[in-house]
Amino acid sequence: MIGRLLLRDLALLLPGSRRGGSILPLLFFLAVAMLYPFAVGPDAQLLARTGGGVIWVAALLAAILPLDRLVAPDLELGVFDQLALRGISEELVLAVRMAAHWLSFAPLLLLAALPAAALLSLDGQTLGKVLLGLLAGTPGLAAIGVMIAALTAGLRGGAALSGLLLIPLAVPILIFGAGSLSRPDGDGIALAAAISLVLVAMAPFAGGAAIRAAREG
Amino acid sequence: MQACHLSASNLACRRGDRLLFRGLDLALQGGEACHVAGPNGIGKTSLLRILAGLLRPFAGEVGRAGTLALLDEKPALDPQVPLAAALAFWADLDGVGPHDCKACADLVGLTELLDVPVRFLSTGQRKRAALARMQSQQAPIWLLDEPLNGLDTAGIALAECMVADHCAVGGIAVVASHQPMALPAPKTLELEAFIP
Repeated sequence: MIGRLLLRDLALLLPGSRRGGSILPLLFFLAVAMLYPFAVGPDAQLLARTGGGVIWVAALLAAILPLDRLVAPDLELGVFDQLALRGISEELVLAVRMAAHWLSFAPLLLLAALPAAALLSLDGQTLGKVLLGLLAGTPGLAAIGVMIAALTAGLRGGAALSGLLLIPLAVPILIFGAGSLSRPDGDGIALAAAISLVLVAMAPFAGGAAIRAAREG
Repeated sequence: MQACHLSASNLACRRGDRLLFRGLDLALQGGEACHVAGPNGIGKTSLLRILAGLLRPFAGEVGRAGTLALLDEKPALDPQVPLAAALAFWADLDGVGPHDCKACADLVGLTELLDVPVRFLSTGQRKRAALARMQSQQAPIWLLDEPLNGLDTAGIALAECMVADHCAVGGIAVVASHQPMALPAPKTLELEAFIP
């Protein structure tokens, strides 16, 4: 059953899939990495020093884009109602949705970080840290995304609101993930991973409660 | 079909600060159909959602034995995928084979449209597709909320026939409709009698 849910979610969320548009966050991510050198000038040292942080900010902003397609369409279609009738809890559905959301944007984001690093003239060591940090932080971003998508699913203008809600919640991941770039050890990455784990554990329950509340409303 | 029953005792429903109905009792055994009648806004949909367990009653209890199938205005079929795939998702979850799933599409007259994406279907065709989804679920208790909306004359006859067949093999059907619907020996529940 979990496999069937995951297959459906992936078919709806992966790039080039039918619900579509999941390639857009990546292009957005690359566009930010491309615009930044134009904006601050071609100073390779400055770019190399700040580029890692720019990649982090771009990744965070790119994570906002798919939020309106995560939960709201299913709530509108009555899919959650029909799953509930079959005894499948909202928590399970959202845990699977979170995994599918992560799979649909994180691996490609890591790949896109390579050309972005070239654009920002990052060295190999910084790039390695950025990739590790993103690997640790993106599950947390996916968790926040699912939680917020569930919270705003029943609301008018939920898409704009979800962007605003995601940013403050993602700040801890950003602080430790991007902060690890300026430190020689990997402590920041470990803390970002810890925050991610907490968020991943919490998101299905918070989201499930939000969907049940939307049903009562 | 497995033995089933559906009962409700002393149900009350509140939406916002308005009490829609109270003191509602209902008891249905296998093979029985119930027609929930009343004008718009009286609480037919709310009653069905309470019976389905999707809405908490303000007071009272619902008891049931047997699985539920719900047909309401939301088809729960992915608009982007072909009808066959959309139906197959639910059939897979319900452990129904592809052959039975296709038989249900045949039953509602959608065989020709199985490879058409759901978003291209008309309102009536979507309702038929939802009927097929419900039929393939093989649940003994059917809750139908305005099942005739959007259906043409042949579709209405089809829906009536499906409910009759369902009750004939021992299933329960609760139909909320403001239109008359031919049901096999229905109990009628006039919600107006339960307005506080």
